[in-house]
Amino acid sequence: MPDTALAAATTASNTSLRSFLHGLPGVDEVGARARAADLSTRSIKTSAKAQAIDLAIRMVDLTTLEGADTPGKVRALAGKAVHPDPADPSAPRVAAVCVYSDLVAVAVEALAGSGVGVASVATAFPSGRAPLEAKLVDTRRAVADGASEIDMVIDRGAFLAGDYLKVHEEIVAVKEACGSAHLKVILETGELATYDNVRRASWLAMRAGADFIKTSTGKVSPAATLPVTLVMLEAVRDFRAETGRQIGVKPAGGIRTTKDAIKNLVLVNEVAGEDWLDPEWFRLGASSLLNDLLMQRTKLTTGVYPGPDYYTLD
Amino acid sequence: MAKSRKNEGNESVAKDDGAARGEGVVAVTARPKVPAAPKRPSADLARRAAAHVPAGRLAVRKTYKLYVNGAFPRSESGRSYPVTSADGTHLANAALASRKDARDAVQAARKAFGGWSQRTAYNRGQILYRVAEVLEGRRAQFVQEVVDADGVDRSLAESLVSAAIDRWVYYAGWTDKIAQVAGGSNPVSGPYYNHSAPEPTGVVAVVAPQSGPLLGLVSVVAPVIAGGNTAVVVASERAPLAAVSLAEVLATSDLPGGVVNILTGRTAELAPPLAAHADVNALDLTGANDMAAGLEEAAAATLKRVVRPEPAPDWFADPGLSRVTPFLETKTVWHPIGI
Repeated sequence: MPDTALAAATTASNTSLRSFLHGLPGVDEVGARARAADLSTRSIKTSAKAQAIDLAIRMVDLTTLEGADTPGKVRALAGKAVHPDPADPSAPRVAAVCVYSDLVAVAVEALAGSGVGVASVATAFPSGRAPLEAKLVDTRRAVADGASEIDMVIDRGAFLAGDYLKVHEEIVAVKEACGSAHLKVILETGELATYDNVRRASWLAMRAGADFIKTSTGKVSPAATLPVTLVMLEAVRDFRAETGRQIGVKPAGGIRTTKDAIKNLVLVNEVAGEDWLDPEWFRLGASSLLNDLLMQRTKLTTGVYPGPDYYTLD
Repeated sequence: MAKSRKNEGNESVAKDDGAARGEGVVAVTARPKVPAAPKRPSADLARRAAAHVPAGRLAVRKTYKLYVNGAFPRSESGRSYPVTSADGTHLANAALASRKDARDAVQAARKAFGGWSQRTAYNRGQILYRVAEVLEGRRAQFVQEVVDADGVDRSLAESLVSAAIDRWVYYAGWTDKIAQVAGGSNPVSGPYYNHSAPEPTGVVAVVAPQSGPLLGLVSVVAPVIAGGNTAVVVASERAPLAAVSLAEVLATSDLPGGVVNILTGRTAELAPPLAAHADVNALDLTGANDMAAGLEEAAAATLKRVVRPEPAPDWFADPGLSRVTPFLETKTVWHPIGI
């Protein structure tokens, strides 16, 4: 990929960042769409499907990001995260629960000792329109309350205006505020307009110290489309080849069915490689997806079509 | 119970237009001229038709497909099976639905349930009456299909089709009267108003009778949707063609897509997944014959309401509400007096 040595491409100025990001090869949009569409026709059945479903469940970041979230709802979600299917204890638990920063303490208490992580959105989610100080306070508070992962949003306005340095410095500052917590950087690809921008934003975030790059907030449509995830998976693959550092990917928003989830897994395997087929490196940000995964799981084990009435709403 | 629900209000047609003519105030000269009768074009038309329409023209044959979610898809399996008349003549190939088609149909029925059940009962009645109107317009086609399927003579087929259309109107009339008959206010000893009202059960899987390609089918489908339920219908395996034509009528009668979904194929293949499906709320086993016991057992796991088949239902008999109330749930409301 980019032959500019990363060390040489200093982040000292906006100009050098700009020349590095614009020096990245352009994305073949038609090709990306066609490849994503082609990979989504793979037929995954029976035992392979069962494994894919269990892996997908383990990758879910069970999310509730509503203005109407209550401590009770977060506790209910935490319960579901640990025992997704009360009728079947063999169903694996999900990777993490994702909540707003003020509800982190509730989630941490409810999930203590369960092995399920607590992710918190921070930095003026979802718009990211707040002064840096406010974003850092938001982040520190979530980390202090016990969040193991922070999902930050980038300043899309600054990115689109070409102020890459500002975006970069914000990520660096938030990463510092995170301490030991993992940092997921939300690119909000639905607002970035082009796949070239998605590739640039991915590289910008990875260079600034992101542990994960995440497609969307879920509040903007389109959210996680397959071609966008493909472009980001290519970015993490190339980044590891270049620097040796592995970055995770998290598509979020619009992934509602088992079919969607399995298409994403196929994409991960074919584009980034097997190393990413692990909850450590790939997550699915979703809320309604989990029920569909559980229903498909039940269908495989019992042979009977299940109904949504038999699963919790949230 | 049948009553006309035409809501167009066309009284103006019958109005006397004397006022418009001026009632003799203006002299006779105001009368418009009657144009001369046009020459009859038939001879010319026939000559041109003969020149343009070849004698050995190939007819456009109909593809008999499924009816799911308001559309006419082929089976996802791509299969079809030959349908023959009573005397063994090949009539057509019908789609051979798979259990995945059944799953899709249940999904469509579930999606349509909210909208259909929340329409006013009166509006449901109007739509069902409209179905009867369109059925009447297709009478000749249905008569032919009944003749082909059952080998009955034409006059019997005519009465079977008439009975089917009348049956549809019968249930159209019932929609906004069920609540009065099956519900009501209950006398209770306490300071409460106590009301019971019937509500639709949800998605009903209907195994249509194997005999009676139109009258039998209409007699099991209409009561289910009249009550506000949505239906997944497994058409008669032997004579499914009239069911597909009925689907065409439903598709053009303001009935929202997904309210009735019709599958053609092997009853033994389609009924078991529907009976066990957790998102199906009730089961009508009229056409299940000797499979009924097994299907009822499968339905028990999810506590479905089940209508068991009668040995040989008489489709001409007045059904009363016997096929409506099994697919209704009674909601009872206690409301304190004086608050």
